[in-house]
Parts: sequence; C-alpha cells; structure tokens
Amino acid sequence: MTTESTPVPNPPARAAAGKATSAASAKAAAEPPILTGSGAILASLERLGVTDVFGLPGGAIMPFYDELMASTAIRHILVRHEQGAGHAAEGYASSSGRLGVCIATSGPGATNLVTAIADAHMDSVPMLAITGQVFSTSMGTDAFQEVDITGITMPITKHSFLVTKPEDVPGVIAAAVHIATTGRPGPVLVDVTKDAQQKSAPFIWPPKIDLPGYRPVTKAHGKQIQAAAQLIAEARKPVLYVGGGVVRAGAHRELLEFAEKTGAPVVTTLMARGAFPDSHPQQLGMPGMHGTVPAVLALQESDLLIALGARFDDRVTGKVSEFAPGAKVIHVDIDPAEIGKIRHADVPIVGDVREVLLDLLPAYDEAVAAHPSDTADWWTRLKTLKSQYPLGYTIPEDGQLSPQWVIEKIGELSGPEAVYAAGVGQHQMWSAQFVKYERPGAWLNSGGAGTMGYAVPAAMGAKVAQPDRLVWAIDGDGCFQMTNQELATCTINNIPIKVAIINNSSLGMVRQWQTLFYEGRHSFTDLNTGHDTVMIPDFVKMADAYGALGIRVTTPEEVEPAIRLAMETNDRPVVIDFIVSRDAMVWPMVPQGVGNSQVQYARDHAPDWYEE
Amino acid sequence: MTYHVLSLLVEDKPGLLTRVAGLFARRGFNISSLAVGTTEVEGLSRITVVVQVSGLPLEQITKQLNKLINVLKIVELDSSQAVEREHMLVKVRVDNSTRSQVLEAVNLFRARVVDVAPDSLVIEVTGDTPKVEAFLRVLDPYGIKEIAQSGLLAIGRGSKSISERVLKN
Repeated sequence: MTTESTPVPNPPARAAAGKATSAASAKAAAEPPILTGSGAILASLERLGVTDVFGLPGGAIMPFYDELMASTAIRHILVRHEQGAGHAAEGYASSSGRLGVCIATSGPGATNLVTAIADAHMDSVPMLAITGQVFSTSMGTDAFQEVDITGITMPITKHSFLVTKPEDVPGVIAAAVHIATTGRPGPVLVDVTKDAQQKSAPFIWPPKIDLPGYRPVTKAHGKQIQAAAQLIAEARKPVLYVGGGVVRAGAHRELLEFAEKTGAPVVTTLMARGAFPDSHPQQLGMPGMHGTVPAVLALQESDLLIALGARFDDRVTGKVSEFAPGAKVIHVDIDPAEIGKIRHADVPIVGDVREVLLDLLPAYDEAVAAHPSDTADWWTRLKTLKSQYPLGYTIPEDGQLSPQWVIEKIGELSGPEAVYAAGVGQHQMWSAQFVKYERPGAWLNSGGAGTMGYAVPAAMGAKVAQPDRLVWAIDGDGCFQMTNQELATCTINNIPIKVAIINNSSLGMVRQWQTLFYEGRHSFTDLNTGHDTVMIPDFVKMADAYGALGIRVTTPEEVEPAIRLAMETNDRPVVIDFIVSRDAMVWPMVPQGVGNSQVQYARDHAPDWYEE
Repeated sequence: MTYHVLSLLVEDKPGLLTRVAGLFARRGFNISSLAVGTTEVEGLSRITVVVQVSGLPLEQITKQLNKLINVLKIVELDSSQAVEREHMLVKVRVDNSTRSQVLEAVNLFRARVVDVAPDSLVIEVTGDTPKVEAFLRVLDPYGIKEIAQSGLLAIGRGSKSISERVLKN
C-alpha cells in the first residue's frame, strides 16, 4: 500500500467499465455526465480501482444497490450480517494491502458495522464503510431506521462524512479513500442520505480534494535519522521492536536488510507476525503477555529499543513503569500521537517506516564506521535464552487432543504461502505462536480490539482478495458461533475457505484466567460444544447445513488426513471440528499488571532472571 | 493541575465541535472554558479552549487534536504573550440604599450597566479572568441573582497571525 500523498489514487485501466463509466466516455470530456448520487458513488469507486465490495442492502441504500447491480467492474459479495461485511473488508485489506470496502443500510445495518469499524480503527486497517441514511428532510425526526452513524462512529473512525447532496459524492468518496489509505491507515465512513443517492448532478472526475488539515508526514528529519543511527551503532543490547506498522507500510524487505546489517535481534508483535521471517536466526518471536521468553526478556534487558510502527500496547509492555527499564528508545511511527504516548522516546522519528528504514541504512553505515558495533555478549545471552526457553507445550493429561499440536500441524502442512486468520482467545495466541510466518499478510487477527468472531469473515475477505491462496480461519468454538453465518456467503459465492475450530468447549482464555486468578471458579465459560457434553450445536451438522464439508477430529491419527482433505477440497468451504483438551493453557504468560520480568514459562515456572 | 489556553483554527464543518469536545472527554482532559466563533477567513472558525491538565502531558491532546481532519492549526497561547478576555453579564440585587455603591464598583472596574430595574441591575464586564473574578467578589455581598459568562477569548500579541501561515500553504 502506498503512503505517498497523491491527491487521487490512479485506478488501473479497465476495459469493461460500468454503465456510468461508459456514459462518461461517450460524452465529450468538456461536458460532464449527469449521474444520480448513487451512480456517482459507483463511478467513483470504479475510478478509484475498487473491484470487490462486501455488503447487505436495505431501504436507505437501495438506490445505490440498483446501480451496483449493473456494474461489471465491481464484484459485490452479499453477506449474511453487516459485521461480516466489515470483517471481510478488513481481511481483504490486511491480506492484500488494498482498500477494503463494506456497505450497509441505515439504522441497524450501520450499527452492525460498528464492531468491525472499531476493529479496523484499532489495527489501522484501510477501510471504506458506505452507509445509507434516511432522507435529509427526515433526519433528526427519529425516522424509521434512522441512527446518527457519523456521530456513533466519530471516536472509531479516522474520519467520517455525511453526504446530503449528489454533487458532493465524487469529492467525498475520493477524499475518504485518500484518508483511509494514506498516513496511518484506518476506517473512513461515508453516510449518504437517500435523497442524495436519488437526485442527479454533473459527475466531475477527478474531483478536487480539499483537505487542508490533513498532511501526513512520511519523510523523517535527517537530524533524527543521524541521531538514531548513532544510538544503534553504540548500543550493546539493541532490539528491533517491530509492530504492525511495518506490515501496513510494506517495509518488510527494508526491515530484513536493516536487521541483517545491524545484527540486532528482532521481536515481532502480534500485529507484526510475518513482518520478519520466523525462520531467520535473528528472530526471537512475539513479545508481550504470551510472548516467547527470549522476546520478553530481550526487551526487558535491552539498552536500546528500536520501535518500528509499534505502539507500546499494554499487552506488550506489561506494567509500563517496569518495562525495559534500562533501555533508551528510538520510536519510529507515522502517527506523531503514538510517539511518547506510553513511553518517552529519546529519538522520536515521525515518518513512513519504509522510508525511514531506507534513510537509516546509509546513516547506520556511516555511524558504525566511526563506532564499530559490538553485540557479541548480547547474542550469547539471547542464544542461551533461546535454547533454554523454546516455545513448547505439554500433551494434555485428559487424553484429549493438544490444541497447540493441531495448530502447529495446520501450519506445517499448509506452509508460509497460506493465509491464517484467527479469532480471539487461546487459539489466537497458539496460532500466533505455533504457525511459522515468513511473509507479511499471512497472519490476520484482531489485535487491538480483540473482536471474537473476526476469523471466518476475515478469512472470507482474504480469499476474495487472493483467490489462489489457501486460506484458513483458525477459530474457537466461542468465536465461531458469533459469525459462522458467513459460511453461507462462502458456499453460495464459491469462496472455499477452511475453518479449523479449536473446540475446547469453552471460552478458553476466560476459563484460563478463572483457573489461574479466580480460584478455578469457572463462571459461565462452559459452551457445551466439546468432549463429554451435549455438543450443541453440532459443528459438523452445521457445516453440512451450510453446504460445507464438515469433518470431526478427535484423535491424533485423524488430524493430518483431515487437514489434507480440507486442503484438497476446493468446491466448497470446509469446517474441521477439532475436539481438543479444555485444560490446555497458553504459556508463557505475564500476569496482567505486573512487570514483564515476572514472565512465567509455564505454570509456576519462571525463568532465571539475568544477573549481571 | 495546570491550565493551558489553546487556540484551534478549524474548518467550519458540521459536527466539528462534537469531534473536538468528544476527543477531550475520551482522552481524559477537562475543558474548563470554550469559545467558538468565526474568523477573518470564510469557512474557518476559531476555538479557544482552556484545558485542565493533570497527569497526561498536554502534548498528547494537541497531537490527538491535530489528527482530526478538520483541525488546521493548534497554538498554545502563553498568557504573557497574549491578550485574554472574558465577557460576563451579571444580574445583581439592588435597592435604594445599595444602588450607588454598586454603581461605584461598576465604575471602578470599568464595567457597564446595561439594564436597570427597581430591584436589580444587569452589568456587563470584560477582562481577564482575575479581573472578572475580583468584580464578582465585590458584587457578592449585594446578592448576585444570575450570571451569563462567555468562554475565554485569547489572541497573540504583536503582528503575527495564526491563520496567515495556514492559508499560505
């Protein structure tokens, strides 16, 4: 995705254009065609290069849907719930780096998008949400299906627009896409009243985009680059703390080059899994609450954090006052508000992380020539940690399948070119830990918002964006029950995703906390979907009802054949119900509210703290 | 706790005030005074806000405000480098024995009487916050019946203008 500030993104040339486009070319350039507001939405999207949208029609967006039906340039996927459209747009965007688009009607249609919009806001996903609104003359009267969606989404969008006149449509759509895809990406909502969709106006393209208050800084100050290079060359215990910004900026190649040049160890946050290859010897894994011991302790013991597109989330830092106490900080982010928000930055760098890395490469060469870097002792320590505390798991005592092993197998058999979308909870952490990621865009999850139900629709969106890739939704039995209706969408529209339900019959992460911190009082976390229960619903029958292939797996011998069968089945979606042990826990773990030095490798087992 | 005066140059768009006010509330900053008005440039408004800061640094709120698409510029005005004014209308109880004393106070503070009734006066007073507060303390013994107060207005001293550079770009 580009982060340069081009006023209007140039769409690819298109042979088969919609009726609006052909109408436009038929007339002389001097005289713009007259389009309805809804025709203008469609023509604008087509000219901006949008090829796929997810949505569900209703009263206030019907004029637009009438136009959309005639479009040959845009594929519309009819979802079964608007939240599904939102997460599908997110999965589409996160896997491919392109803009994701979702559409809903006014009122409940729009509010059903809210969770997905909030999710995209937290994880900086470039997304355009288009909603219908009641007639402008009815607004403010509590009209049928009226809600103030621009008001509701104000805190969870990068920006929002209300359009009440057809002539404003092209400018607003172009501005919305520009805002969503540049700088720090994020969701932008465009609410269009029904009368603005119905009335006509001249369609002028390209429109003038007037955003005097929006100028994202992409190029960093030279002085700061020098200062950063100097600190990195002098550091004895540097760590590259890599966040999701590296994925969004497409800076993985520059990161690899910079990491190899400096020899610094790399930790990749939950949002950055895949930004740096897991197979690389400098990779220490994921930091944070469920991070690897080497990643967590590397940050703790470091003398210099080089934060790249990372935002010092509380799940990474633990107790902030005890986080990386001896480290100076170089903080690179395209969003100035992230710098210094949680942790003071000794060298703040505002800019696009790819451009910053490109500038840092020669600057580091110069700095290190004058001051040779020495990280030999640091690597001795890190290699000890890596060999002492590898990621691992124990086989469950109850004889049930090990969820970590199942997830590891899925990763092994599917490989790094596949896409893995996870829900939220234990299965998400295990998927972040035990699948090996080698490329950005391979790992999709709801990191900031923690939205259960993200996996199935996000996988659907990823499969639409990249139909040739194998796409897994690794889901929990709780998450799956929140958004599985999109399996119908997948079957009907020939989007053959694979769903692996890691079925531990409970809201597993909550149950784990109850076991550890609430004296084992498992309050309302039993879902009765797994081993030794009534198994309601029966996920295999459910898959069958949706026209998907349903497979139940209860023993280790069945695991590999089931995964292989899923990979070979491409005429419909596949759902594998892996019945796993409910007692498996996510380790390592830093309990909430304590410093990261308290990381526990396994229950009641903390690693030896480094003493100098 | 400290007070800061921020001057925001913003595009005059629907919902703008909600965006600004909502951001303060959401990020845990208290607004103690707010004044909104037009500017010398059509389509641009100026918001003067006095913000109470405790804990989080002021920098965080200015950076977050800068992310609002319709906010063009934010300046913190230091009271030594700026002119600050509040405007207040006060309705005070008077009778034949107190009227002249109140009028004397009005003269001392260079305030103005804008409405006269047998048992009350409406007085208009303009000044910086300490002056307005002092005037209220003087009137208090007579019985203040009602107050309507504007937010603080502030403008930098000297020839520089906050809208100049924005418009050049």
